[in-house]
Amino acid sequence: MMTSFLFRALDAKAGVFVAILLAVIVAVPALNLLTPPDSPFHVPTYAVTLMGKYLTYALLALSVDLVWGFCGILSLGHGAFFALGGYAMGMYLMRQIGTRGVYGDPILPDFMVFLNWNELPWYWYGFDMAWFAFLLVLLVPGALAFIFGWFAFRSRVTGVYLSIITQALTYALLLAFFRNDMGFGGNNGLTDFKDILGFDVQANTTRAGLFAASGLALMICFLICRAITRSKLGKVLVAVRDAESRTRFLGYRVENYKLFVWVISAMMAGIAGSLYVPQVGIINPGEFAPANSIEAVIWVAVGGRGTLVGAVIGAVLVNFAKTWFTAALPDVWLFALGALFVIVTLFLPKGIVGTISQGWTAIRQRKLSAAYADGSDEPPNLPPNSPAAPANVTRAAPSSGAEPQPAE
Amino acid sequence: MAKSSSLLYLDGVSVSFDGFKALNELSLVIAPGEMRAIIGPNGAGKTTMMDVITGKTRPDSGEVFFDGTVDLTDEDEASIAELGIGRKFQKPTVFESHTIWDNLELALKAPRGPFATLFHVIAGAEKARIEELLELIRLGDKRDELAANLSHGQKQWLEIGMLLAQDPKLLLVDEPAAGMTDAETAETAELLKDIAKSHSVVVVEHDMTFIRALGVKVTCLAEGSVLAEGSLDHVSADERVVEVYLGR
Repeated sequence: MMTSFLFRALDAKAGVFVAILLAVIVAVPALNLLTPPDSPFHVPTYAVTLMGKYLTYALLALSVDLVWGFCGILSLGHGAFFALGGYAMGMYLMRQIGTRGVYGDPILPDFMVFLNWNELPWYWYGFDMAWFAFLLVLLVPGALAFIFGWFAFRSRVTGVYLSIITQALTYALLLAFFRNDMGFGGNNGLTDFKDILGFDVQANTTRAGLFAASGLALMICFLICRAITRSKLGKVLVAVRDAESRTRFLGYRVENYKLFVWVISAMMAGIAGSLYVPQVGIINPGEFAPANSIEAVIWVAVGGRGTLVGAVIGAVLVNFAKTWFTAALPDVWLFALGALFVIVTLFLPKGIVGTISQGWTAIRQRKLSAAYADGSDEPPNLPPNSPAAPANVTRAAPSSGAEPQPAE
Repeated sequence: MAKSSSLLYLDGVSVSFDGFKALNELSLVIAPGEMRAIIGPNGAGKTTMMDVITGKTRPDSGEVFFDGTVDLTDEDEASIAELGIGRKFQKPTVFESHTIWDNLELALKAPRGPFATLFHVIAGAEKARIEELLELIRLGDKRDELAANLSHGQKQWLEIGMLLAQDPKLLLVDEPAAGMTDAETAETAELLKDIAKSHSVVVVEHDMTFIRALGVKVTCLAEGSVLAEGSLDHVSADERVVEVYLGR
């Protein structure tokens, strides 16, 4: 049972992606650590960290794609789960500073000493232990997603309304974390990290290790997403996306299905956040900003929703462009991002990956038809389409749910 | 008929939307194994009645019982479907971005929980059943095509196939012949008669030839309540039915 579940994740298409990802995971740290700095193949440490950051963004995009592309839940608040994972990691890293802080307090982080706090708040207990912090990286976003989803999905909040509530969720957390007496460093957040698992966070080797960890996390989560979406549960999710009330009349409890992917997705976003924080060296309430969550949705839209690989490609491409644009043309970056989204929506509604696979299918179809016309036996049927087909495949002919479809 | 021996029992069911009475003291009893045709003018409450039975709409008053004992007004759509009531919609509603095969697999009677479906591996018996249904609805050669690519009539048939895959005790079939050619309509009537041998069926239809082909007891609804009930000849001879529905 379990094995067939896992094997389902791997086919040729996923295999290629995993192979490329593995090559990157090995090559980038190797080129950073094993080549001399003056070698043309040398990858500087800042680039390793930058790419590591892209990989965590890619994981965030993957988690958005799982709920949006396959289940039709457009979350405009996934940044909240990302930031919560980041804060859990940040709390662990703060506790690792120990006496090396500015005030040299062995227990209290600097900002608490600064606020004249005398003892550690109860919710900071346990974060000196790595296993506890890493567990909470999963549990905190997961628990919030569970509580939020339990109420939202049971009340049958869908479409735009759900998107607005997710947006409100992340905004509320933004405001809460800005307050100093929340005990998370307020405006400044958590920073000035020293060690992670006993290694210096600034060291080349640690940076390379964090890059590899981000790549591995992305790969494992990709395989999990793939196994989920290719299972019968994945087919139910797509059914919910396209005709929610029809799915109910078949006897599926839609709210339980939504809750399941929602929690899984939030945990993945949490993992992404926890790997992001040690690489950028800071976590502050700005990560809860609604704009961040919207950007993550744009990455998925650009790459192609409902494709998984597309989410990864979209996140890496858009962020690479962002890095380049903000350096080369700092004033126009936001215009470029806006234009990109408009162009993708107008001309590539299926995103990059969706458009490519559609074009490829069309070419194969044409070849088959031609062969058929020349007297081949094979009838020019459409090649089999899987549920992992690009999400908006039915956009031309709107799907005929019994109720108005959620906005997408 | 007594409530306890009925399959479906509606008594005094009323539903109103913003003051408009969609159902007005509707009472209807379906016996186990029975096939019933429901006719009536637009707005007579046929679809609202199905909404009430399947849990989409809660009645303002009245009783709705399934199998004589289960109060359907306490249940939601999913649990009503699990109890054994399947529904085909007026507008064919299939999962367009799934293949024909997947549509049937999703409908197939099997545990419906998320963890059951996550680890589900399709078994030989299930495959055989899907093959059987594909044969029955004549979509065997299109099994790997997306449902979006089917014609209107084929979607109707696919939805009937999905209904059968659910293996419900009671099938609610809303306008199965809408948009079909005469030949397809006749075939659909045959198919439904075949299905009615082993299931209880309630068919809503406008097409009189179709109803005649079914040859079953007919209930005529108007303004949310039963106007006449009996054989098609009996009902169509009724003065009031002629007035509100059939026309002179």
